[in-house]
Amino acid sequence: MLFPPKYRPGPTSRVVATGAGIVTSLGAGWKPNAEGFRAGRVAIQPVTIFDVTRQRVKVAGEVALPPALPETLLPTRRVRRLDRAAKLLLLAAHEAWRQSGWASSDDLPLVLGTTSGGMSLGQDYYHQAITRPHSPRRQATRSLHYQAQRQALDLADALGVRGPITIIANACASGANAIGHAWDLLRRGRAERVLTGGYDALSQLVFAGFDSLQALSPTRCRPFDAHRDGLAIGEGAAVLTLETLEHAQRRHATVLGEILGYAAATDAHHLTQPHPQGDAALATMTDACRNAGVTPAQIGYINAHGTGTPLNDSAEAAAILRWAGERAPRIPVSSTKSGIGHLLGAAGAVEAVVCLMALRGQWLPPTSTLESPDPICVFPLVRQPTALTFEHALTNSFGFGGANATIILRRWEPGIG
Amino acid sequence: MSAAENIFIRGIGAVSPAGWGVLPLREALAKGEPWPTRELDRSGWARPFRVRRVPPPLPRPGFMSHPRLRRASPITQYAVAAALEALGGDVAGVKCGSFRLGVVLCVMTGCVNYSRRFYDETLKDPASASPLVFPETVFNAPASHIAALLGTNAINYTLVGDTGTFLQGLALGADWMLNDRVDGCLVVGAEEMDWLTADAYRLFARKVVLSEGAGAVYLRAESPAHPAVQLHSVTQSHLFLLEQDRARAARQMRTELHAGRPEHLLCDATQGLQNVDGAELEAWRDWPGTKLSPKWILGEGLAAASAWQCVAAIDTLRQRQHPEAIVSVVGCNQQAIGARFVISNPKSQNSNPSE
Repeated sequence: MLFPPKYRPGPTSRVVATGAGIVTSLGAGWKPNAEGFRAGRVAIQPVTIFDVTRQRVKVAGEVALPPALPETLLPTRRVRRLDRAAKLLLLAAHEAWRQSGWASSDDLPLVLGTTSGGMSLGQDYYHQAITRPHSPRRQATRSLHYQAQRQALDLADALGVRGPITIIANACASGANAIGHAWDLLRRGRAERVLTGGYDALSQLVFAGFDSLQALSPTRCRPFDAHRDGLAIGEGAAVLTLETLEHAQRRHATVLGEILGYAAATDAHHLTQPHPQGDAALATMTDACRNAGVTPAQIGYINAHGTGTPLNDSAEAAAILRWAGERAPRIPVSSTKSGIGHLLGAAGAVEAVVCLMALRGQWLPPTSTLESPDPICVFPLVRQPTALTFEHALTNSFGFGGANATIILRRWEPGIG
Repeated sequence: MSAAENIFIRGIGAVSPAGWGVLPLREALAKGEPWPTRELDRSGWARPFRVRRVPPPLPRPGFMSHPRLRRASPITQYAVAAALEALGGDVAGVKCGSFRLGVVLCVMTGCVNYSRRFYDETLKDPASASPLVFPETVFNAPASHIAALLGTNAINYTLVGDTGTFLQGLALGADWMLNDRVDGCLVVGAEEMDWLTADAYRLFARKVVLSEGAGAVYLRAESPAHPAVQLHSVTQSHLFLLEQDRARAARQMRTELHAGRPEHLLCDATQGLQNVDGAELEAWRDWPGTKLSPKWILGEGLAAASAWQCVAAIDTLRQRQHPEAIVSVVGCNQQAIGARFVISNPKSQNSNPSE
């Protein structure tokens, strides 16, 4: 039964990540991404997968998909039908799955975040429907695989899992919401394992949408720069295998890090603009810390939402200042969107994995495109590859519609559990 | 505030081809005749689709002049109208912040009107694609507008999936209350009509009659002063997978629910199309009670239709027509899922199901 829920009696469980998969324009897999984020590599290049000649901006964080997908339980015929978004998701999930050592299961919830599912197929459908309305060729497949539940079902079949599928579409906070929801299921004993993450592929509609809003940077995405002029769009996916600490310890799994806290709130200020003082962001940072049992003084690094738009970054900076108070000048902050762009529904999940990488490696990913820090940022902005000993990281995700989410992660060392 | 133990239905709301409100929905279902269809033009085809549209509201609701809603697409208007009807007198309490209201919006195709329009503009000339339209294409735009209108900043999720997702939304909202995340939760299912959706659907079910609208269920944990409808249970989501077809998923869902009695109601998702209904009809072949199939009357409203099923089931319980109701949704392409509603016993403040 989904309701009433069966809770495991006793205190809430600790939640750990035992597998992480990631695909961004920096590459496919933990290693190229960890190296890229650590060095502050910028992987924004001209868009090749659709026509941008008439767009104001012509670059994005486009992923170079590998020539073949990993072997899974998915029949070849189904693999051939996977769209770009489903491939990104499958690549990330397969890496996390393999790393975790999990086996197929009849009772494994899947919680995903996305903003547009298989939008490129929807576009193809529309294009054919208006140019060749009487041709049904491939239209049924497109209309089916365009839907987000199709990508989730493909993943479930690929890995042999049967459990409820929850797809959260809270705009650019979707990935963080998905991880947060999974964390909530685990800590309260609703499940022992949850496969979770976020994904989104580049599509012409979304690219043109951000361009129409003049939200895309015509120069270079420079989060928290005084002269920032917009974001870069990216694509990718990140998936985590989350489980209760007890479950992980029972099977002697390698723990990558701990998800310590999560909070979500709604900013009712405007459909696309944050409250100037970041009220909802302040609420999620405060509540996530409360859930995690930590104070701002214990947060060693903030992976900011930091899109590079004037309004987002100033609101987020204001929220960080209000949340951290006197501690603000001592909490390093960076935005990894400078390197890979804004991955929309995947962003929160990717940035949670970046935090895991940073906590494990004890380094901070720089915002290497930053030139002149905005004076509002009284906190130290990480501009160069940096080594640091720290225990807790906080990552923010904000989206259209006022969707705000914060996740807090903790470094894991064998023996401390 | 302490966590809840039971979840009650405080309010319901609906917008359907039958009109704006639960009352026209109730009357249309009581009449039992398929609602009249209308023609919907279809790009490149001489022959239009037959669909069921939501009629214009008369009079025009005041909320439509709210700054956030002036440019909103029909799905938002339907979702907001259903939400406000469900909240009833509690709107004022939400607006003054006297309790935390969560929102769960469930959609399958979502904001398809503006998505098609914006993409069409993009193909013609990206430089002239409207920046006012694009934000309304995002799945969570309607949920955001509901929150803005009510001034609530509590947790707000938009769930995407097939028609069964509305029942997942009910379980999620109820769980938030059990977990003390919110004091009340609006669960809304909404869809809007577009020729593109109708065009895609005909590839799978040529005779389907698509419709649009919204349904809303307002959940609260407080014990009612009088007998009230209680959300008793929501089954597991039984997925359609390589190793589990629709028929098996439907049977699995059925086994989790009450066997039923002659006085009970089954509100199912069948719509009179054998290739679509077969698995669900088979799963409920031995149902001993009354059956109500809103889609036969109102059409395939996707996420809105499963919300209408729940609203209709709750409404019959409120009208004392049945002591208990089951809602069954064998979805389009994801899951079979069911829910059970009962009339609570005010003295014990617990459900008083007959099993």
